[in-house]
Amino acid sequence: MPLLWLFLLVLALAIAAFVFARSRVLAMSGQDRRSLHSLPNYYGSNAAMKSAIPALLVLVIWLIAQPFYVNSVVSDALPDSAIAETSSRSLVLAEVRRTADGLDLAVSTGTMTEDEASDTGAEVAAVTETLEEAGAIVTAQITQPVLRAAQQFRVLNETGHQIMTIVVLLIAAAGAFWGIKETRPDFRARNVVEQGVRVLLIAAASIAILTTLGIVLSLVFNTVEFFRLYPASEFFFGTNWAPSFSGRGGASDLGILPLMWGTFYISIVALIVAVPVGLFSAIYLSEYASPKVRAFAKPMLEVLAGIPTIVYGLFALLTVGPLLVSVFGEDGLGWMQAGTAVMTAGLVMGIMLIPFVSSLSDDIINAVPQAMRDGSYGLGATQSETIRQVVLPAALPGIVGAILLAASRAIGETMIVVLGAGAAARLSLNPFEAMTTVTAKIVSQLTGDSDFASPEALVAFALGMTLFVITLGLNVLALVIVRKYREQYE
Amino acid sequence: MTDASMDSGPKKGSLTTVDARTKKRNAAEKRFKAYGIVAILIGMFFLVVLAASILRSGLPAFTQAEMKLEFVLSQEEFDAAEGQLLKTKAYEGIFISKLQDALTENGMSVAFDAAAIERLLGKPGSMIREYFRANPDKIGTSVTFSLPASSRVDGYFKGRVSRETVVDSRFFEAKDLDLVDALADAGIIVRNFNWNFITGSDSGVDNPSGAGIGVSVIGSLFMMLVVLVLSLPIGVAASIYLEEFAPQNWFTDLIEVNISNLAAVPSIVFGILGLAVFIQFMHLPQSAPLVGGLVLTLMTLPTIIISTRASLKAVPPSIREAALGVGASKMQTVFHHVLPLAAPGILTGTIIGLAQALGETAPLLLIGMVGFIARAYPEGVVSGFIDPNSAMPAQIYTWAARADAGFYEKAWGGIIILLVFLLTMNIIAIILRRRFERRW
Amino acid sequence: MTDVKIKAKDVQVYYGDNHAIKDVSVEIENNTVTAFIGPSGCGKSTFLRCLNRMNDTIDICRVEGTILIDGDDIYDKRVDPVQLRAKVGMVFQKPNPFPKSIYDNIAYGPRIHGMARNKAELDEIVERALRRGAIWDEVKDRLNAPGTGLSGGQQQRLCIARAVATEPEVLLMDEPCSALDPIATAQVEELIDELRQNYAVVIVTHSMQQAARVSQKTAFFHLGNLVEYDDTSKIFTNPEDSRTESYITGRIG
Repeated sequence: MPLLWLFLLVLALAIAAFVFARSRVLAMSGQDRRSLHSLPNYYGSNAAMKSAIPALLVLVIWLIAQPFYVNSVVSDALPDSAIAETSSRSLVLAEVRRTADGLDLAVSTGTMTEDEASDTGAEVAAVTETLEEAGAIVTAQITQPVLRAAQQFRVLNETGHQIMTIVVLLIAAAGAFWGIKETRPDFRARNVVEQGVRVLLIAAASIAILTTLGIVLSLVFNTVEFFRLYPASEFFFGTNWAPSFSGRGGASDLGILPLMWGTFYISIVALIVAVPVGLFSAIYLSEYASPKVRAFAKPMLEVLAGIPTIVYGLFALLTVGPLLVSVFGEDGLGWMQAGTAVMTAGLVMGIMLIPFVSSLSDDIINAVPQAMRDGSYGLGATQSETIRQVVLPAALPGIVGAILLAASRAIGETMIVVLGAGAAARLSLNPFEAMTTVTAKIVSQLTGDSDFASPEALVAFALGMTLFVITLGLNVLALVIVRKYREQYE
Repeated sequence: MTDASMDSGPKKGSLTTVDARTKKRNAAEKRFKAYGIVAILIGMFFLVVLAASILRSGLPAFTQAEMKLEFVLSQEEFDAAEGQLLKTKAYEGIFISKLQDALTENGMSVAFDAAAIERLLGKPGSMIREYFRANPDKIGTSVTFSLPASSRVDGYFKGRVSRETVVDSRFFEAKDLDLVDALADAGIIVRNFNWNFITGSDSGVDNPSGAGIGVSVIGSLFMMLVVLVLSLPIGVAASIYLEEFAPQNWFTDLIEVNISNLAAVPSIVFGILGLAVFIQFMHLPQSAPLVGGLVLTLMTLPTIIISTRASLKAVPPSIREAALGVGASKMQTVFHHVLPLAAPGILTGTIIGLAQALGETAPLLLIGMVGFIARAYPEGVVSGFIDPNSAMPAQIYTWAARADAGFYEKAWGGIIILLVFLLTMNIIAIILRRRFERRW
Repeated sequence: MTDVKIKAKDVQVYYGDNHAIKDVSVEIENNTVTAFIGPSGCGKSTFLRCLNRMNDTIDICRVEGTILIDGDDIYDKRVDPVQLRAKVGMVFQKPNPFPKSIYDNIAYGPRIHGMARNKAELDEIVERALRRGAIWDEVKDRLNAPGTGLSGGQQQRLCIARAVATEPEVLLMDEPCSALDPIATAQVEELIDELRQNYAVVIVTHSMQQAARVSQKTAFFHLGNLVEYDDTSKIFTNPEDSRTESYITGRIG
C-alpha cells in the first residue's frame, strides 16, 4: 500500500527533524538549558510540526482533488459520439471508471501484463474477455472510446500519484529544513508550537461542521440528480411506491407518501406506548420513589436505552410479532396477517423510547424548584395535585421538548422497522397491517445491486434528505424549547 | 370570627375526622401513585421479557449436536478404499458399517442407508479420507471423529423440530428420527459446546449449523480500533478547544450547534454520508472495516465531545489558576494539569461511546458490511482494515433476515455475544468511574 | 382575649441523628402575631414547619411530642396533613408564585379544596383574597397576567393572598420579608398587622426590629431550645434569660 508508505515516510522525516532540531539547539546552547527560550522538546516539536503538517495537508487535498481533475480531463477527451442516445456523459464516465478498475484488477491478479493493459491498439473484445476472466465486473458495453478513455484514466492517475509522492516528500523535507534552520536558542519555539497546537484543536472542533457539510452536500447533490431523472412533484405527492427492479427509470413509481404515512403511524404508536409509561416512570422516580427504589429502578430502565437497536429489531421480528399474531391473527381476532406490522414495530420502538422519555423528563421535573412544590403543599394540596397542577405545568415546555426528541428518534429509527414493520408500502389505517417507512426503504434501495446512477438507488438520497430535514427540524425545535425552559429556572 | 367569609370553606370539622372530599382526594392520590408504579413495572416487565427471550432463544446456539464415532481403520480397509473408483463413497461405506457396529455393540438394531446418513450428517466420506491421507500413521489406531449433525437434527435436540412438525423432504424424513433417537441412546450423537459458532465464519443460506460469528467479531474489532484511534484524539482536541480556548463568537456557536444537532441525527443518515463521501466520492473500498470505522467515528464524536466537555468542566478553576500562577502557559496548564485530572471521565465517556458504536447496524448496511461477506478471517492487519468484512450487528441482521429458522437461533446467540461485549465495556466504564471519581 | 390556638408540648425533632428541636413547649394565641427569633440554625424554621407538618415531605425528619390545634393532635394518625394545611396556611421565605396567571395562583387553593360552587363564587373568593393580601388594586386589571411577572414585593403579597384564599385559621410565615427591599417589607409588615384581625399569625424572622414592630408575642430559640417566650415588649426590654439578652443586644447570633 504505497499510500501507507508515503504516510510513514513523512512521519519518519518529521521524527528525524524533531531529533535533529532538539540536539541542534542543545548543542548551540552549549548544553545549558537555561539559556534557551523554551524547553528543548519545543524546538524539536516545531521542526516536526513544520515538516509533517503541511505535507499531510497537501496529501489529503491532493487525494481529494485528483479524481476531479482526472475525471474532467477524461470527460473532455470523450467524443460525443461515444455517448449513446439513451445514456448520459456521467453514465459513460462511470463505465470508464469501472473498466479502469477492471484493468487494475486484471494487472494485479496477473491475467494481464501492464503493457497489455495500456496497449492503445488492443482489441475491445479480447480485453473484455480477459477482464471477465480476471473477475472484474464488466457490462457488455465496453466500446473503443471507453477503453481508450479508461487507459487514459489509468495513465493520468498513475502520473498523478507519482507527482503527488514527490511533491509531498519535497514539502516535508522543506518543512523540516525550515524548522531546523529556525532553531536558535532565542527562538520562541514554545509560542510557535502552541499556536500550531491551537490550530490543530480548532481543526478537530471543525470536524463537526465538516460532517454536517458532508451530510448536506451528499444528500443535496444526489437528490438533485434524482430529481433530474424523476419529477419532484411525483416524488412528494405520489401515493404509490413501487420501484421496478430491472429497468432504469420509467417503470418505477416512487411516491413518498405511503412511506411517510408508515413512518408517522409507527412513530405515533411508539409514542403512545413510550410517553405515558416514560412520563409516569419519571414522575414516580423523581417525586415518590425512595432513594433505594430510585437507585435500583433508574439504572434498570436505562439498561433498555443501552441495548442496540438490532436487538429490538430481532425482538420485534421473533418475539413480539408472533405473540401479537397469536392474539390478533387468524387464530385469535383475525385482524393480523403476519408478524410484521405497524403494531409490532411501534410497540417495540415504544419500549426502546421509554428510558429516553423517562430520563429526559426526570431531569426536567427535577429542575422545577422545590419552592414551587412547598408553595402547593403549604396550601393543603396533595402530592398528586401538586404534580399535576403545579409541577407538570411548570415542566411542560421541557416535557414537550423531550417528546419531540423522542419523536425524532422514532422517525429516524431503522433496524426495528426494517425487521419488524414489513416491506410493503401502503396507505392504510389498520395498525395490524405491514407497512414500511422512509428509513427501511433507504436501506432496501441502497443495499441491493442496483446501479447508483438509477433513480431507484438515487431515490434513497431524496428519502434521506426528507428524513434529515424532518428530524433536524424536530431537534432544533426541541433544543430551543428545552433551552428556554432551563433558562427560566436558572 | 367576625368575618362573614369564615363560615365557608372546608375546615369547620374536627381535624381528626376526614371529610368526604379529602377522602376522594386521597383516593385520587393513591391512584396517581399507582399509575407511576405500574409504569415502572411495565418498563421492568419489558426488560425481563427481552432478557428472557434473548436467553431462551440464544443459548441453544452455543451447543451443537455432533456425531462422535470412535473406530479403527485397518491398513487393508484403507488400501481397499483407495483402490476404488469412488473413493469418498467407499469411505462413507466404511463409516456406515462402523456406525452399524457401534450400534449393535450397544444392543440396538436400526436399519439405515447411506441416504439417511447424508441427511443427518452431510457426506462424511471425504473428511475421513482427508484425515487418513494426511495422517497415515493413524491407520490401525483408534480415532474419534466428531461430525456436526445437520440443522434439523440439531433442531430436534433443541425442540425446534419435533415428530409432529417434521415434514418429509430431501433434507429430512420423519423416520430418520428413529435413527437419531437410537444414536442418541447409544451416546453417539451428543450435544456439545459449539466452538464453531464463536470462532467460525458465516455459512451458506442453507447451512445454519455451520454459521459462526468469529469473523464478524474481528470485523467489529478492527472497526472499533479505527473508531478509538480517531474519535478519542479528535474528540478530546475538539473538547479542549471548546471548553478551554474557544472565544465567544459566531464560529464557536456554529460548532456548538453542529455538535448538538449531529448527536441527534438518525444513524442511517450517517450511513448515507459514508456511502456518498467515502465510497462514491473518495473511492475507498466497499464493505471495509476502515470505512465502517470512519462512519462510526463521525457518529460517535458528538457523544465523546459532550462527555469530555463535562469532565473538563468538572475540573475546578482553582487548579487552572494554580498552574497559571506558577507561570505555566495556558496550553501547558491544560495538557499538564486539567487533562490528566479529567482523564478518567474522558475514558469512561469514550468507552460508552464505543459501546454505542459497537451496536450500531444501519449505517454499516449502507456501506456494504452485510453479514454474508464475513466468510474468512483477514490475512493480516492491513487486510483486516481494508478487506471486505462484516460486523457483529450486521451479521445478526443478515441471519435474522434469512428464511431458514435455524438462523434465528444463531441471531439470538449472536446477540448474547454482542451483549457480553457491551456489558463488559459498560462494567469497565462503571469501575473506572467508581475508582477514579473525585469530588472537588 | 387570650384563647389558645396552638398548644405544643415537649416537641422533639430529629433530622436523621441530629436532634434539631429539644423539648419545645409553647402556646400560641389566636388573633395574635407571634414572632420566632433566634440565630441561624436555632430551629425556629424547623419548629414552624412542624405546625403544618411540612416536615412530612422530608424523609429523614422525625417529630415527637404533641402539637394541638383547637385541641386536636395534628400528629394523630387520623389527621390528614392535607386537611391540616388547609387550616394552617404557609408563606415562604422566597416568593414562590406558580407559573400560572395571577387569578389561577389565587384560585388554586380554593379549587383543590372545592370551596367554590361556580365561577362567580370563585371570582369572589379571588377578589376577597387579593384585597386581603393588599394587592387587589395593583393587579385587578391584569388578573390573567403570569404571577411570575410581578415585582418581588408584589409576588410575596400574592403568595400571602394565595395562602389566605383557602380560609386558614393560622398563618405561618417563614421569613417572609428576607428577599424583599425595605419598601416592600414595610408593605408586607403592614399587611401582617391587618391579618391579625382574622388569624393567628406565626412569623419567623431574622430581624429583631421586625419582630418588635409586628408581633405581640415573641419566642427566642437557641440551639434547638426554646429559651424564652413572652410578650414582645417584655422580651425586648426586660428579658429574663441572659442568652436572650445577649442575642438582643447583638452579642450572639
